[in-house]
Amino acid sequence: MEPHDHDHHHDHQVVPSDPALRTKALESLLVEKGLVDPKALDALVDAYENKIGPRNGAQVVARAWVDPAYKQRLLTDASSAIAELGYTGGQGEHMVVVENSPRVHNMIVCTLCSCYPWPVLGLPPVWYKSAPYRSRAVIDPRGVLREFGLDLPEDVEVRVWDSTSEIRYLVLPERPAGTENLSEEELAALVTRDAMVGVAKVAPARSTSA
Amino acid sequence: MNGIHDMGGMHGMGPIEYEKDEPVFHSPWEGRVFAINRALGACRKWNIDEGRHQIERIAPADYLRMSYYEKWLVRNVELLVKHGLATREEVESGKAAAGAEKATPALSAAAVPAMVARRGNYSRANANAPALFEVGQPVRCINMNPAGHTRLPRYARGKSGVIANDHGVFVFPDTNAHGLGEQPQHLYSVRFAARELWGETASPRDSVYIDLWDSYLEHA
Repeated sequence: MEPHDHDHHHDHQVVPSDPALRTKALESLLVEKGLVDPKALDALVDAYENKIGPRNGAQVVARAWVDPAYKQRLLTDASSAIAELGYTGGQGEHMVVVENSPRVHNMIVCTLCSCYPWPVLGLPPVWYKSAPYRSRAVIDPRGVLREFGLDLPEDVEVRVWDSTSEIRYLVLPERPAGTENLSEEELAALVTRDAMVGVAKVAPARSTSA
Repeated sequence: MNGIHDMGGMHGMGPIEYEKDEPVFHSPWEGRVFAINRALGACRKWNIDEGRHQIERIAPADYLRMSYYEKWLVRNVELLVKHGLATREEVESGKAAAGAEKATPALSAAAVPAMVARRGNYSRANANAPALFEVGQPVRCINMNPAGHTRLPRYARGKSGVIANDHGVFVFPDTNAHGLGEQPQHLYSVRFAARELWGETASPRDSVYIDLWDSYLEHA
């Protein structure tokens, strides 16, 4: 049965005209049918808007920078090492951490959808999920990095990790020079989401005399 | 399936649009769709692979036009209808049919913190699935073009690489997405030289690592 005679919907998918209105109608239906609890939805939104984000990953990176034994655990069993700091959950079940060095630069992509390590980075930004990044990260990683302002020398090896399975990747960026005297908390404050995806480096600490 | 979602290596998608200080959700409905998706996942009527495949089935022109959470909205509507949790008429009206049963939500607000932190598990370490390849071995991706779900990207098919790491035994998405069982098998990180994938214009130093299951690989 196809109720639409001229407004053909490919593959019988509903194409929402106004997603906000359709979402409202869907939520109202699901609440009426007892399929979702609106307070649970509130709690989920709050968790991902306010609690789960790249500050978690920054704590992991800073710990690895100051604690060689932790760094070793992180590179050999990232899921457990990250769980030590309390960061667990969906889309972070099976973690692998890849380390940047002066010779090797790692970057993460999901060409097939939007796989991203939620417990340590939160939900992915739009550019990570977008066609330009997904299409080009594997075929032209150096061009993509230049778009992000990172021009890598030819003698640096670029490794792109395409997240095709349930393994989730996190880049351990290089610790910038001049940060020897910073505390773990101060180091964490330097670490950006983009550096942990591998599209940026961690910038050196700004002068503390200011 | 050879869908628009499988876009690794495509040209013409334009520059990367970077938004500084981007919010997690750009408007409240995006957060509601995200949360509905997670709350419905707790009903366990479908698995993550089936959910991914539902997005892949969005027609290419619509896929490129829709925002990310519009695609999630469509996915959830289609899965609700497919699994008999709602009818299309109910979705379009936003009202339950007269006499429809009322369920109890699978996810309560009190259960959210534990659910959000729960360590799920897609590995099947106890399954009897011997590794067909070992670290350091050269392999080639088989040439296949299934109409259903697969996580072997087109750009890697027929290409040769080297097993860089054996992640252990994992659920196989190609069958799991279609109700054909988990068929657990070894999952590897396979290193492909950029030049093997893209030809002589690629950097001789660079490489792409792709996670691939035994079923995708043959001896090279």
